[in-house]
Amino acid sequence: MSAHLLEVRDLSVEFHTVHGQVKAVQSVSFHLDPGETLVILGESGSGKSVSASAVMNLIDMPPGEITSGEVLYRGKSLLDMTGEERRAINGAKIAMIFQDPLAHLNPVYSVGWQIIEMMTTHGMPSDQAKQRAIELLLRVGIPDPESRMRAYPHQFSGGQRQRLMIAMALALKPDILIADEPTTALDVTVQAQILALLKELQAETGMGLLLITHDLGVVAEVADNVVVMNAGEIVESGPAGEVYANPQHPYTKRLIASAPGRGEMAEPVKAPGEPLLRLEGLSKSFGKFEALKDASLTVMPGEIVAIVGESGSGKSTLAKTLLRLEEPTSGEAFYKGRDLFKMSQKELFGMRRDIQMVFQDPTQSLNPRMSVYDLISEAWVIHPEILPKPKWRERVAELLGLVGLSPDHARRYPHQFSGGQRQRIAIARVLALEPKLVVCDEAVSALDVSIQAQVIDLLDGLRRDFGLSYIFIAHDLPVVRDFADRVVVMQGGRIVEEGTVRQIFEAPRNDYTRALLAASLDPDPEVQAKRRAARLELEVLRP
Amino acid sequence: MTDTDQIPDKALEKEPNAFAQMMRMLWHDKVALVAVIFLIIVAFCAIFGPWLLDAAATKQNLRGRNSPPFDMAKGWLFVLGGDALGRPLFARIIVAASNTIMVATGAVLCSMVIGSTLGLIAGYTKTRASQIILRLADVIMSFPSLLLAVIVLYMLSPSVTNIIIVLAITRIPIYLRTTRAEVLEIRERMFVQAARVMGASDMRIIFRHILPVVFPTLLTIATLDFAFVMLAESALSFLGIGIQPPEITWGLMVSQGRPYLTNAWWLSFWPGLAIILTTLSLNLVSNWMRIALDPVQRWRLEIKGKKQ
Repeated sequence: MSAHLLEVRDLSVEFHTVHGQVKAVQSVSFHLDPGETLVILGESGSGKSVSASAVMNLIDMPPGEITSGEVLYRGKSLLDMTGEERRAINGAKIAMIFQDPLAHLNPVYSVGWQIIEMMTTHGMPSDQAKQRAIELLLRVGIPDPESRMRAYPHQFSGGQRQRLMIAMALALKPDILIADEPTTALDVTVQAQILALLKELQAETGMGLLLITHDLGVVAEVADNVVVMNAGEIVESGPAGEVYANPQHPYTKRLIASAPGRGEMAEPVKAPGEPLLRLEGLSKSFGKFEALKDASLTVMPGEIVAIVGESGSGKSTLAKTLLRLEEPTSGEAFYKGRDLFKMSQKELFGMRRDIQMVFQDPTQSLNPRMSVYDLISEAWVIHPEILPKPKWRERVAELLGLVGLSPDHARRYPHQFSGGQRQRIAIARVLALEPKLVVCDEAVSALDVSIQAQVIDLLDGLRRDFGLSYIFIAHDLPVVRDFADRVVVMQGGRIVEEGTVRQIFEAPRNDYTRALLAASLDPDPEVQAKRRAARLELEVLRP
Repeated sequence: MTDTDQIPDKALEKEPNAFAQMMRMLWHDKVALVAVIFLIIVAFCAIFGPWLLDAAATKQNLRGRNSPPFDMAKGWLFVLGGDALGRPLFARIIVAASNTIMVATGAVLCSMVIGSTLGLIAGYTKTRASQIILRLADVIMSFPSLLLAVIVLYMLSPSVTNIIIVLAITRIPIYLRTTRAEVLEIRERMFVQAARVMGASDMRIIFRHILPVVFPTLLTIATLDFAFVMLAESALSFLGIGIQPPEITWGLMVSQGRPYLTNAWWLSFWPGLAIILTTLSLNLVSNWMRIALDPVQRWRLEIKGKKQ
């Protein structure tokens, strides 16, 4: 039998920590053939990145230890090789790209220098390497490569940086490309372009592509075969279409079920009476740069308005201006008929209770030096009129129960919780103020899919029970589709389209909205194949 | 009624718990424990030393000039030897602890409090005041600190208070710049924005959210500075504008012993050792405190306890 291009057999990796041995990966086996795209799918902590790191010999030992198994490249065991032999293979035969290209490009060297260095260390003469670097940049779609060679990493956009990483990885024509969450940090339209580029390059070179992701949509877009990992073990593997259509393992079923974007779309609320919030012609400039141009928007009581857009579209600026974290350049915002921007500090203080915000990353939005009790009760220290001090302990316990945590958790600190739990704490803190309107700035973007679904359910339940209104800022269209009543699409600081969920998702009028919808990835491989076709048509329209 | 009764109870319950927890963490870190005990002894010497041993420390005994250490024939006070005028070194070190610790603590505390307050203002506000504060710090930093001390102390009389003031002024920019740099970064963190959205006042944000994060850094600088200030003070004494005999400090003792280094090393060695051990202990304690005060790191100390 001919050897596979890459084969991982019965691999187990353990980490020695203060809490004892942690089995990061247990008896994992998979293989990759030339021209194949294998996707390892899993949520955070599932061991998917550790498996790939083992292939590249990137696990720090100690604390890590490969306790069993082997990694074979064309039938040769990689784990038994000397450091010298490994270096000849790493980079040249097996290359890797990462989630955050900015962290993996050296900021003090020009990108051309870095690509050339990659080739000269593996023994290519420098003039030849330079020629090849220019070819590569052109191939990965960097315009004007000869002058761009001399630019530094910060002078490129996120998508271009990922293209640079790909160029660097492909410099020596590797047999295997390992991509660890290559598009997670990118906008949807850019993500689609990068994935398309990877597929094209694979078709040209016939390399094996090992892609690691948490996103079912990426699986649907690129995978031939998929390996589903949970808690360090492979729970299911097989051709991507088959696994999606007919999942066997309960975990896979749950994962697929929790993928957003297929629930019932909300019918528009015909809320009578006064809008809760009305923005009129809101603008915000930073120097000459106009981050927000003439944005107008209304939110009815109990309504969920989603603001969708890519990075730099002004959606976060809108939220910050609304909360007076930034002062607007011009415009008005009426909350229950009173202009937020004309309020004095004192009036504003009273307002703070009513409009609250849930931030994207709960790791950063919770003060690491405060216990959960302190975090939640801080609301009442600032606004003592809400609750008399003797009732605090009881109410904290109640709020923690409301967001699905245990009252015992009050004495712990944020780092002792998982990401999803932390976001629940942040939500409990917001609820402590009994707000009317909650601005969620990418509040679920950093969470795993199944946790995301839970948090969305929680938010939805709170709306029903307390009549909250939400401004839900997101770049992830499927989540918006399930959750929102109305959608506002933003691009370059402007609102380009606004309508009910059904209007936006079924009959988008604006080209940008259409491009955004076409670029978003559906978990179903069949639907995704159709979208790909639709996107190709749209590409003609886009510059 | 029952509600209001419960609260003081709980507060009382919590207080000894926090203290007991700190003690337990200290117990688990034996090195820090030794350092704390040593510092308590130093503090005791500084407070009660002059009162107990002042007479013995100033009594000259020309027959005991430069008498070697570990010779018990002249009594236990001469266990560390005698100085150039035959005064017992052991007693002198204990008495000198008072002045040394007072100058060092005073200077470090003053510069830390003033420096970090100005740093908080400069970092948190974007007004002209912050620019003025920074330029002032630049002026102090660009001026040689020893020259400043010489000028000031030449004009004023070299007393303990004046030395504290001079040393404090020259060290202010260190705290100011560090605090400002940290505040600038922390101010933009999400949890500060979250507090602002909740309606927290500036005072609350500074004292509840920013200061606790900056504090460990300040503490570390302060302990390092402690040694620097002790040595600077001895340099001033050496130049004749610091503390003058018959008053004594450790730094002064080191410089007084310098001419005899070749034939009586112990004159400089023992006070030098006292300086080293004090700073070392302070460093160890500050290192322990940095971990103990940080909820994210605290497990390191708690885990250590389990293993032992």
